[in-house]
Parts: sequence; C-alpha cells; structure tokens
Amino acid sequence: MAVCWTPAAKRYTRRLAVLMAIYLVTLFTAVWLFRHDQVSAPLAWPLAIAPAIPVIGVFWAVMRFIVEEKDEFIRLLIVRQCLVATGFCLTIMTVWEFLQNFELVPPGNGGFGAAFFWFMGLGVGAIYNKLTMGTAGTWS
Amino acid sequence: MKNRLKVLRAERDWSQQELAARLEVSRQSVNAIETGRYDPSLPLAFRIADIFELAIEEIFLREE
Repeated sequence: MAVCWTPAAKRYTRRLAVLMAIYLVTLFTAVWLFRHDQVSAPLAWPLAIAPAIPVIGVFWAVMRFIVEEKDEFIRLLIVRQCLVATGFCLTIMTVWEFLQNFELVPPGNGGFGAAFFWFMGLGVGAIYNKLTMGTAGTWS
Repeated sequence: MKNRLKVLRAERDWSQQELAARLEVSRQSVNAIETGRYDPSLPLAFRIADIFELAIEEIFLREE
C-alpha cells in the first residue's frame, strides 16, 4: 500500500528530524563537558537546560501538526494520540512518585523523565488508534 | 451514522484513493467514513454530497 503523507505530516517529520539532531548534539556536548569538568559556574545552568530546548521544540512541533493538518480525520487521530500520551505519562509519573514517597523505589529517574514517557505514550496512542479506528495515522 | 458511500463509489467505479483525491482528504479518511468509524464534519459532508451530486440525506442515513 502506498505511503500517503499529508503536507503537514511531512513538515512535522522534517521538524522532528532537525530537533532530534539538535537534541543529540546538545546532549552529548553537555554530558561530555560536565564529565570532563569543563563547565564554569555561570555556564552550568544554560548548558544543563540546553538539551531540554529541542525536547520542548518537539512539543511545539506536535501542536503545530495539529494546527496545520487540513485532513480532519488525521487531525482527530493526532489529538487522540496526544490524549493517550498525556494520560499514559501522568499515570506512570503519579505511580512512580508514590512508590518513591513510600521509599519502595530509589529517588531520581535515571534520565527517564516525563517527556520520555509522553513520547512513549504517543506510541501507545498510535496502537490505540490502529485498534479502534483501523489506522495509526498518516500512513498504514 | 450509516452511509451509502461505498455503494455510491462502486456505482462510479471509483477507488477509495480516487474519491479521497477528489475530496482532498487521505484515503484513511474515506475508509473511516465508509466503515462508520468516523462521522465527517458538516463541511466535509457537503463536499461529499457535491461530488456525488446528491443531497446529504441521500448519502448519510439516520440510525434508527
């Protein structure tokens, strides 16, 4: 079956690729500099926040996808995917928080924060769409 | 909502992709409407009616 990308989906994919590339560069740069004690005090905060900026950019890209998508059915699928992702992320984080509060799991998240679970939730949302609506999104 | 989209499309010998192109929507949208998984908005329903040169109520049927 032919892959059918709407113009908005193509723009979203391009934005995602650019943001992920920036994320990898900023993350590896920040990790390397911190590990090698190359960071002075005034630079520590901006450098630590730098990898978060492309991640925030992905949230923006998803929202732009919803706004720019002209196909109303595809738009519905994306909104459903985001709702499932939000519910999934909040559920995981809430359970995890209580487990930490009662000291059943160690503190910290090992680098797996809310954004990671929200992105995982997008995958869960795509599966939910496929099962209930017959398609996961712009292709399939 | 029930609809006669599949029958109307078959009468004209149009594929889902062909109808989707005429409507300027994805093939998935046509499939979802045909199978009753998705009810189109009023503007899209009007576009469908225009393409088939029928009234909306001749394509989309009330559920009893």
